[in-house]
Amino acid sequence: MCLGIPGQITEITDADRLMAMADISGVRREVSVACVATPDLNDLVGEWALIHVGFAMSVIDEDEAAKTLEALRGLGEAQETLEAMADGAAAVGLTEGAQ
Amino acid sequence: MRYVEEFRDPVAAKGVLTAITEVVDEIGATRENPVHIMEICGGHTHAIFRYGLDRLTPPGIEFIHGPGCPVCVLPMSRIDECVEIAERPEVIFCTFGDAMRVPGTRKSLMQAKADGADIRMVYSPLDALEIARRNPEREVVFFGLGFETTTPSTALSIQQAAREKLSNFSVFCNHITVPPPIKTLLDDPHMVLDGFVGPGHVSMVIGTHPYDFIAQDYGKPIVVAGFEPLDLLQSVLMVLRQIREGRAEVENQYARVVPEHGNPVSLAAIADVYEPRPSFEWRGLGEIDASGLRIRPKYAAFDAEEKFGVGYGAGPRVVAEPEGCACGQVMTGRIKPTGCPQYGTGCTPEMPLGALMVSSEGACAAYYQYGAADEAVEAAQ
Repeated sequence: MCLGIPGQITEITDADRLMAMADISGVRREVSVACVATPDLNDLVGEWALIHVGFAMSVIDEDEAAKTLEALRGLGEAQETLEAMADGAAAVGLTEGAQ
Repeated sequence: MRYVEEFRDPVAAKGVLTAITEVVDEIGATRENPVHIMEICGGHTHAIFRYGLDRLTPPGIEFIHGPGCPVCVLPMSRIDECVEIAERPEVIFCTFGDAMRVPGTRKSLMQAKADGADIRMVYSPLDALEIARRNPEREVVFFGLGFETTTPSTALSIQQAAREKLSNFSVFCNHITVPPPIKTLLDDPHMVLDGFVGPGHVSMVIGTHPYDFIAQDYGKPIVVAGFEPLDLLQSVLMVLRQIREGRAEVENQYARVVPEHGNPVSLAAIADVYEPRPSFEWRGLGEIDASGLRIRPKYAAFDAEEKFGVGYGAGPRVVAEPEGCACGQVMTGRIKPTGCPQYGTGCTPEMPLGALMVSSEGACAAYYQYGAADEAVEAAQ
């Protein structure tokens, strides 16, 4: 839970609440973009960000995203984060899943 | 160099390792008289073991594993308070999965869940917020823990709950900050620390200036580092060069992610929602002044300690450690994990006794996961 994971912002889902959809290693997850908000939120679409417990914390370039993802996979952290995201979705009731 | 081939850029890694060896020789550090470098962040501890950096680097460097794993420093009393809140029938208790197996004096959250408490593992405080919206008749409590990387997420969630006037959402706040325990360790006459590798993602939020005291007041070098093994090696080299040249500065190896002044939105949210507690208990380190955060009175409606009458305001506190557990000595670098009598017998990742065995970022769990394999390889050679 201590490390952020790279994700790509794909669309703004709720501009008032500063929420966006992100693609995190192929998993779609709604995240807050409050910490990286730009005057026009749509400028974020297509950008890569380090996402930490559901919050985009820093915009990074694509190469940095790839390198970070590789490092996290090496540590098993990427898999852990994706499992935690699945747990979260199940806890909210968005998906069927064991808790 | 058994692991170097696993590096993204083995040639670069070999170059940095050669440079490290040269500087260590110039300093005159040896196995008997090593340079002590503390990596503060648990993610770095994990990476050091995963890539065998402690073996790739010369014996003149000794890594001291810092207190930077928030799950590992959670005191048993706080787990007991989580269980107390979670066992209330009206409560849905939401937590990061990492905290489920941390032992309390009575039981862990995992055991409390098995006993019938409604405890849910979530990825984000935003999940807990959504559970609160969908269950207006229940009290939803989020177990807020973590260093400065995680703190903005709960601060922003509380602000959002306030905007929505959600009356059934609260946070049990256990957020802690990196600089105070470092100061405690530096003040400890038994600790020998020559330099630090600073945390990357914490610094993305707070910037590099909160570490100025390490260089200015204590005369020790610190280099903020990324998470790739090459980042870590480069950072170790930067620390060593400072030692060789008699410099003590805050340097930033991870400038591509860490801005000097941090993330202003995050810092503003933290300042709005939280204030320092007079002191907070760390497992193995005891109470440390101004090392933890609490929710400001203006957000008291979202403070689980206020709402349920548990925690620091509720009465005298007992510092409890499990019988025979040496987490405190490991955490302060006095002994290696294998020096604990419970290591691998009374305490394993499956049945942890102490918190350092719970999280993959804890020194004991990292030793257990990677150390056993290394010893087998060495025996075979």
